[in-house]
Amino acid sequence: MALLSVKNLGVEFELRTGTVAALRDVSFDLESGERIGIVGESGAGKSVCAFAILNLISKPGFISSGRIWFKGNDLASLDGESMRRIRGNEISMIFQDPMMTLNPVLTIGTQMVETIRTHHPVSLDDARNIAVEKLKAVRIPSPETRLEQYPHELSGGMRQRVVIAIALLSDPGIIIADEPTTALDVTIQAEILELLLTLCNDYHVGLILITHDLAVVSEVTQRILVMYAGRIIEQGTTREIIARPSHPYTEGLIGALPEKTTPGQPLNQIPGVMPSLQDIPSGCAFHNRCEFAAQRCRSDLPRPTDLESRSVACHFPIRD
Amino acid sequence: MLAFLIRRLGQALVVMLVISFLSFSIQDELGDPLRELVGQSVSEETREKLRDEMGLNDPFLVQYWRFLGNAVRGDLGTSYFFKRPALEVILGKLPATIDLVIAATFWILLFSIPVGVFAAIRPDHWFSRVAMGLSILGISIPVFLTAIFLIYLFAVELGWLPSYGRGDTRMLFGGWETSLLTRDGLRHIFLPSISLASVILPLFVRMIRSEMMEVLEAEYIKFAWAKGLRKRRIWMLHAFKNTLLPVITVGGVQLGIMVAYTILTETVFQWPGMGFMFLEAIHRVDTPLIVAYLIVVGLIFVVTNTVVDIIYGLVNPMVNITGQRNEP
Repeated sequence: MALLSVKNLGVEFELRTGTVAALRDVSFDLESGERIGIVGESGAGKSVCAFAILNLISKPGFISSGRIWFKGNDLASLDGESMRRIRGNEISMIFQDPMMTLNPVLTIGTQMVETIRTHHPVSLDDARNIAVEKLKAVRIPSPETRLEQYPHELSGGMRQRVVIAIALLSDPGIIIADEPTTALDVTIQAEILELLLTLCNDYHVGLILITHDLAVVSEVTQRILVMYAGRIIEQGTTREIIARPSHPYTEGLIGALPEKTTPGQPLNQIPGVMPSLQDIPSGCAFHNRCEFAAQRCRSDLPRPTDLESRSVACHFPIRD
Repeated sequence: MLAFLIRRLGQALVVMLVISFLSFSIQDELGDPLRELVGQSVSEETREKLRDEMGLNDPFLVQYWRFLGNAVRGDLGTSYFFKRPALEVILGKLPATIDLVIAATFWILLFSIPVGVFAAIRPDHWFSRVAMGLSILGISIPVFLTAIFLIYLFAVELGWLPSYGRGDTRMLFGGWETSLLTRDGLRHIFLPSISLASVILPLFVRMIRSEMMEVLEAEYIKFAWAKGLRKRRIWMLHAFKNTLLPVITVGGVQLGIMVAYTILTETVFQWPGMGFMFLEAIHRVDTPLIVAYLIVVGLIFVVTNTVVDIIYGLVNPMVNITGQRNEP
């Protein structure tokens, strides 16, 4: 059985104008030690999905349906204290902007030690030793000195390493990384990705990598979920999906990569914008941007259907 | 630390110079001090002679220069009414005012932090709504009205507390008298300190609430939740410490402003402090005392601000007042 199994997950936000569904019918599995990527445009529901797994959707949002199975518990209905014991302990999270993730008025040491001690009954000295060990693992030079420093004394790349070290503190089964390299310099992006990949292998950690960058996903993950307007529209192995996308949207995303364009030519793009969650069109949410759209796409919602080794939610998937 | 203090001292000197200039320059506009000094019967010639002797006919800058020279030696002029050095008169009244400010600060700190924090964490709770409503009321009602209302309720109707005066005091070191250490003194300071706090306290509550609500939305707070920390630690350490930074800067200045508010409170409660004295000095056109008061209050303000900056530097690791460079 999979380590994490998300079944028909739905998240809704109760706004003054009415209820808006940010996540609909999302289902996927994560095996122990597996690395999956969730890709999509801004607003597709990637981050909502990440926060929902940790049951950290804040008001006015809430999990409206579905189950999140993890080690025999349903995280969607777990009580507050049990859920707290899972966060940062069995499932950790890495945030997008390392400049904003660490508390500016607390030392790195404080922020690491508190994380260990809230989950494990260890002494202050032992906790500091664990912190130093993890800082070494993320290749931060002179870790003992770092513990005494404040976040503003470290560069962006260093801070993201600290955040990764914090995520690793309790040897979690899963790390959810929400756009971990987006806010970093391109040169540092590659280092951080490589580090993340190595650590996941060394510690046998499952990874859910959330990004809008297909290049990043293809380097790090084994499987991809493509999200559009709150739904997963295609999922399968990274290699297959990058090589032969079945959903027109996935194909559009891959076609929009700069390396798919001849230098000097305008970049390819998918015409139109993703609909706002408040007025998602009937039928397939992508139909008004899709070049293959037919009458059926406007009226009937395509269900995820297995197609060889992948699952696609499209009435007319692209075949070779 | 030393470099910081020297720099602050330089700034303070400039500020004090400006304050002294402004205070001194209004004295001509306050009326003729001779009218209060001598009786109706004194002839205009004698008056003119007296003015000459007192140097009141000298050009403004000459007078100001003389004033500065004396001020540096601790002489801020002699009160016309008390016939004693103005500074001495003010220092005699200072302990009563400081008592009042300390007592009001106590109320402010006692209530603003728990109420402000609670209102930020549970903005929809009935208590938060009531507190926010009351705070608007508190800010809008003038101090003297609050004071009169308190006197009416607790002194006149219920008869629980005295309505004026300082009550028994206890002598501390250096002739400093305080009401805060006697039972009777505490009974007397109760109503005045509450009226003095009545404007600043709601301001503090609202400030702490809005700053904390903003901090609670920060990424590092979300990260703290994702680390699995307990609520109490996230609110009381991660969020509150960051809330403190802006509150210290704005709040510290507010506590300084409170010295100015004492004029109203002390007048209503006949509290023998320097605010009450200042109002009397204005009635008597006691120019040297007025000027000296303005300078002393300016000095209190400058000192408060410096202390606030030092505390801010101690709480905020990004500000380094020890003089070492602080870079990544």
